[in-house]
Amino acid sequence: MTTATHDHDHDHEHHGPAKGLTRWLYTTNHKDIGTMYLWFSFAMFLLGGTFAMVIRAELFQPGLQLVQPEFFNQMTTMHGLIMVFGAVMPAFVGLANWMIPMMVGAPDMALPRMNNLSFWILPFAFAMLTSTLFMEGGGPNFGWTFYAPLSTTYAPPSVTFFIFAVHIMGASSIMGAINIVATILNMRAPGMTLMKMPLFVWTWLITAYLLIAVMPVLAGVVTMMLMDIHFGTAFFNAAGGGSPVLFQHIFWFFGHPEVYIMILPAFGIVSAIIPAFARKRLFGYSSMVYATASIAFLSFIVWAHHMFTVGIPFLGEAFFMWATMLIAVPTGVKVFNWVTTMFRGSMTFETPMLFAICFVVLFTIGGFSGLMLAVAPADFQYHDTYFVVAHFHYVLVPGAVFSIMAGVYYWLPKWSGKMYNETLGKVHFWLSFIGVNVLFFPQHFLGLAGMPRRIPDYALQFADFNMVSSIGGFLFGASQLLFLYIVVHTIVAGKPAPAKPWEGAEGLEWTVDSPAPYHTFSTPPKID
Amino acid sequence: MSDADNARPSHTRIIVKMVSVVFGMLAFVFVGLVPMYNLICEWTGITGRTNEASLVQDYVVDENRSIKVQFLANNNADMPWQFRPMVKTITAKPGEVVEVSYFAKNATRRDMTAQAIPSLSPFEVTPYFHKTECFCFNQQPLTAGEDVEMALVFQIDPDLPAWVQTISLSYTLYDVSSEQQSAAVTFQ
Repeated sequence: MTTATHDHDHDHEHHGPAKGLTRWLYTTNHKDIGTMYLWFSFAMFLLGGTFAMVIRAELFQPGLQLVQPEFFNQMTTMHGLIMVFGAVMPAFVGLANWMIPMMVGAPDMALPRMNNLSFWILPFAFAMLTSTLFMEGGGPNFGWTFYAPLSTTYAPPSVTFFIFAVHIMGASSIMGAINIVATILNMRAPGMTLMKMPLFVWTWLITAYLLIAVMPVLAGVVTMMLMDIHFGTAFFNAAGGGSPVLFQHIFWFFGHPEVYIMILPAFGIVSAIIPAFARKRLFGYSSMVYATASIAFLSFIVWAHHMFTVGIPFLGEAFFMWATMLIAVPTGVKVFNWVTTMFRGSMTFETPMLFAICFVVLFTIGGFSGLMLAVAPADFQYHDTYFVVAHFHYVLVPGAVFSIMAGVYYWLPKWSGKMYNETLGKVHFWLSFIGVNVLFFPQHFLGLAGMPRRIPDYALQFADFNMVSSIGGFLFGASQLLFLYIVVHTIVAGKPAPAKPWEGAEGLEWTVDSPAPYHTFSTPPKID
Repeated sequence: MSDADNARPSHTRIIVKMVSVVFGMLAFVFVGLVPMYNLICEWTGITGRTNEASLVQDYVVDENRSIKVQFLANNNADMPWQFRPMVKTITAKPGEVVEVSYFAKNATRRDMTAQAIPSLSPFEVTPYFHKTECFCFNQQPLTAGEDVEMALVFQIDPDLPAWVQTISLSYTLYDVSSEQQSAAVTFQ
């Protein structure tokens, strides 16, 4: 063990990181672990993106050109699983690891060794999940929502590896969440009251509670699958007295809070960036906190809007429809607060701000299509079409993913001590922005015209929009390689960055040097 | 992890709380959500499932009303049996005891066991549709080539809402040959 496990925050012996590979294996340092999370999620982003490229290449023209339908199904499934559990969630955990201790003036995360564990089990989970693609019968092919009986009775044999991979990811997320809650509740610098915390910390606190509440539900539902497949139970098997609809209820009871897990930290990031570049204080701080909490609460009572078509009685449909539409209220509060923050600000448009503004606009479009889907009678038309695909990609890609990119550009000078190339950053933004819209906007039309999702081939009338969408997909995919280049170039050859590279930025993280020293806030800062 | 020398509150308390939430939610899925789902289905009759045998009631037969009852038979995915109602439609008066039957034949070369799962439509009639005898209460084994006529005896509650004029009773037949050793799991 080269990495010292320091038991005192008070001793000022400034030891740097250990050398070599063991630094990363044994590290308990929140910055090292945050870095590993971020690089891991970027690797998964590229892997999941590669799968998406296979999907878009196959859909470039009608007919089967490149892959067989069986493999196509594995691609859609793995793309979803890898992006949700491998790219977006770990990226947010990485940002939380890096930023939360610095934002609340803590020397490290509350539980540093558990932090190490929660990261290092992730590569094993995803190695196991990805390895199923090479197994007999192929990998998971039942969609990322793995509805029973597709994922039980009709699943490939590799489904057991999928189940254990999900168990490991769940364990990792739960440990990460416990760590974040303990850090935020216990490790804040004196004077940092809850209502003085930066919004990123607030949104993560609420996200962590969501994770702790629903990841066990996911673990439970995959365990039921495991028991149905191997131990002769019949939770989801109608012949044995179970019900496939039960699966959908349990899955979405996890699944809907899960989609907020992927967007609440994004709200936090954007709420940090917009005030910095509008050079105004965030408008309506406390309403932002309450809106986040309301969204988190509502996420538990809307799950059945994912399954309007299973045959829910009229009253049930009405309840879930109205509850879902209610979410638009706190979300609207947030969007108005961001717009009002920008209103009459002296704005500048550096790359993080471009991504943040784009987040507000495109996330709102995704929110609107969500409202359309919430209308139960209309949902019967949209259900399982490309309209749904367009909707959740609008909230996840220019929503969650763009917020992560905004955060990376915003805090990269702090992490690396180097400034990224602003021109390249803007090129990356515009390519991504154009790419993402060309990719996903036509999918609204495809869905309204009736193209079902998760199919490798389609009727001829969908050909043109699919080709446009695929071209956008290739553009978006390629521009992420530019992102990789920009980040590497910054770390290797960027110009030195000052402690506070953004004029209007606020927060404790900007009071430490760039790059942030290996240990920060060994003595808690003073908060006024 | 001794942070005792700090004035900070203990991490252990938070960990204990959070871990208990985790196990609480895990338990909630198994002993809360699953039974809750089954209970709600039973109370509301949403799934149109009538799995429990009831006793013959002394209803007064409502001579002025006649309800059309349709019988449907479906085979689940790979189920090779012949399966059909002996009569497709009957007219029943609320309160009277009606007996019908379904025909099943195992035309394969191996011995098999089947389980029929009922579903009523519209689902609102579920609480008013009482089966006193049904082949769906038990698994049905048939040897290769064997056939059977399976009885179904039911009574319609005279309290049946006035707007109901037609009831469809559908059975889906599942192949449970490979699962017959393991007891069927019901959560009622």
